[in-house]
Amino acid sequence: MTDARKIGDVILKVDNISLRFGGVKALTDISFDVREHEIRAIIGPNGAGKSSMLNVINGVYTPQEGTITFHGEVRQDMDTHQAAENGIARTFQNIALFTGMTVLDNIMTGRNLKIKSTFIEQAFWFGRARREEIENRKKVEEIIDFLQLQSVRKTPVARLPYGIKKRVELARALAAEPTMLLLDEPMAGMNVEEKQDMCRFVLDTNDQFGTTIVLIEHDMGVVMDISDRVVVLDYGKKIGDGTPNEVRNNPDVIKAYLGAH
Amino acid sequence: MIYREAGQYKTTYLNDSQIFPIAQDRVAVALLLVVAFVAIPLFATPYIFSGILIPFLILALATLGLNILTGYAGQISLGTAAFMAVGAFASYNFMLRVPGMPVLLAFVLGGICAALVGILFGLPSLRIRGFYLAASTLATQFFVVWCLTKVPWFTNNSSSGVITAQQVEILGFKFETPQQKYLLVLAVVAVMALLAKNMVRSTVGRSWMAVRDMDVAAEVIGFRIMKSKLTAFAVSSFYCGVAGALYAFCYLGTVEPEAYNLDLSFRILFMVIIGGLGSILGSFLGAGFIVLLPIFLSVVVHYTGLPNSVTSNLELMVFGALIIFFLIVEPHGLARLWQIGKEKLRLWPFPH
Ligand SMILES: Nc1ncnc2c1ncn2[C@@H]1O[C@H](COP(=O)(O)OP(=O)(O)OP(=O)(O)O)[C@@H](O)[C@H]1O
Ligand SMILES: [Mg+2]
Repeated sequence: MTDARKIGDVILKVDNISLRFGGVKALTDISFDVREHEIRAIIGPNGAGKSSMLNVINGVYTPQEGTITFHGEVRQDMDTHQAAENGIARTFQNIALFTGMTVLDNIMTGRNLKIKSTFIEQAFWFGRARREEIENRKKVEEIIDFLQLQSVRKTPVARLPYGIKKRVELARALAAEPTMLLLDEPMAGMNVEEKQDMCRFVLDTNDQFGTTIVLIEHDMGVVMDISDRVVVLDYGKKIGDGTPNEVRNNPDVIKAYLGAH
Repeated sequence: MIYREAGQYKTTYLNDSQIFPIAQDRVAVALLLVVAFVAIPLFATPYIFSGILIPFLILALATLGLNILTGYAGQISLGTAAFMAVGAFASYNFMLRVPGMPVLLAFVLGGICAALVGILFGLPSLRIRGFYLAASTLATQFFVVWCLTKVPWFTNNSSSGVITAQQVEILGFKFETPQQKYLLVLAVVAVMALLAKNMVRSTVGRSWMAVRDMDVAAEVIGFRIMKSKLTAFAVSSFYCGVAGALYAFCYLGTVEPEAYNLDLSFRILFMVIIGGLGSILGSFLGAGFIVLLPIFLSVVVHYTGLPNSVTSNLELMVFGALIIFFLIVEPHGLARLWQIGKEKLRLWPFPH
């Protein structure tokens, strides 16, 4: 276990990222890095630009300035599809599941990049198409076991309670076997017990698969407990960066949080 | 306890991913196929074949085509009949102009032409959605029919614009009687329904539904939105195109482009809504319902002694009411009602 947890080199680096929506400056000159296998938290008050930062990392938003370096490759703008192919998966702040599909199908969509057969082969359920469907189903069942979703496997996601939906979304992201996982408030709106479960799943993912995790979270207790390093944003600017302890004692951070509450 | 899945354990993923994982369903489908292929041809009258069963199957195929686009991929279309027309007139021209063209191949090529037109007219869906997309497919509807009427080449310079579909002949066997035509249509529809089922349970089907439900998430996962939408347009139009060809070759015989008008497009849309969006079974239920309803109503009118002229008005009223009912109360249509019925039956007679 400790092997996978050994924190490695920098795999993601963002430099001087600025992002504007019309007159709104969502991000201003943000730079930080993420090391392999670490759990990196992004915190900050509402509207600080945390979600925007994740959207820049996997190419949903294009920043006006700055570069993103992933595995040594420097880009002005990450392409969403390329991000997925390079092993970046994510969850969303407002659950973005495919509501008309079952849990199983939702998780199967996470494996779409592994499936090479054409739609014509799939129509005939022929050779490769059939084999791929079964192999990928096997992998999906492992994830279902890992996240304890066995009992809702065939349930349409629209019928699930909120906490389970969040878990299905994590399952869909994990199905891609990502090297980097971006989690946007995976524990928001959950009760204590659900939060504990989710915390455990995040830590287990990091432990067992060595997945690098970038996590946005409001619950300070959780952040201090599970993250290796923390970036603090406020009004689109970076005001702190370091270990949980360093960040906790940073006067700017204390001011931002006192000001916000 | 007639319909139970208890005790039927799936021990492999192959078993679990069968089309009909429950034994009773498999038996029911096998029975249905036996009835459709053996019992009905033995007993049905020519009127039942050409008045009910053949149009039912052909319209069910077109409904399935539209359901792939609208129900599974979430793209609205009011141009279904136009794609059927492309399939019909393309097949006709392949038969006419290519010596020795096998008729089934002509149907496939007709479907492919419809698919190409579908892709072309599907391009706007990459930029616009909802009402605007509906308006653009409406334009397709008028444009295609206008084109087929105005360009004499398509109708082989027929002065009235009417074409007579060629004799259907496969490996020397002529399909002439309503019964023979029924069997041909049934075989084509059964195979294509199976292929559709395979698609919707594979990655291509999941890509349609993912883009329909949440396109940003679909893209982040790695689906290509453009590819997904355009495959949906292509496959859907292919199905409509083949249905259109069957409509000309096995049902009407002589056709003019106007047979594939907006009215037909709307009828098929109603079949999708009543049968159930995003359901293959629903496509058949919806088509069956709409084909049978007028017949049923005329019988009712006959026995209640109302004047015959009431029938068509009654039909419109019942249609209207049903569409509103399904849109508001049960957008998943008859297919969903069927499923609820099955769930009830599974628990029966002990509801707890
Ligand atoms: N698509 C968008 N269009 C316009 N403005 C946007 C968009 N996305 C974000 N913003 C703006 O950018 C700023 C940062 O938003 P963002 O969602 O990144 O904040 P956040 O830190 O995730 O906040 P929260 O904790 O509430 O989730 C906000 O002022 C927001 O209104
Ligand atoms: Mg946010």
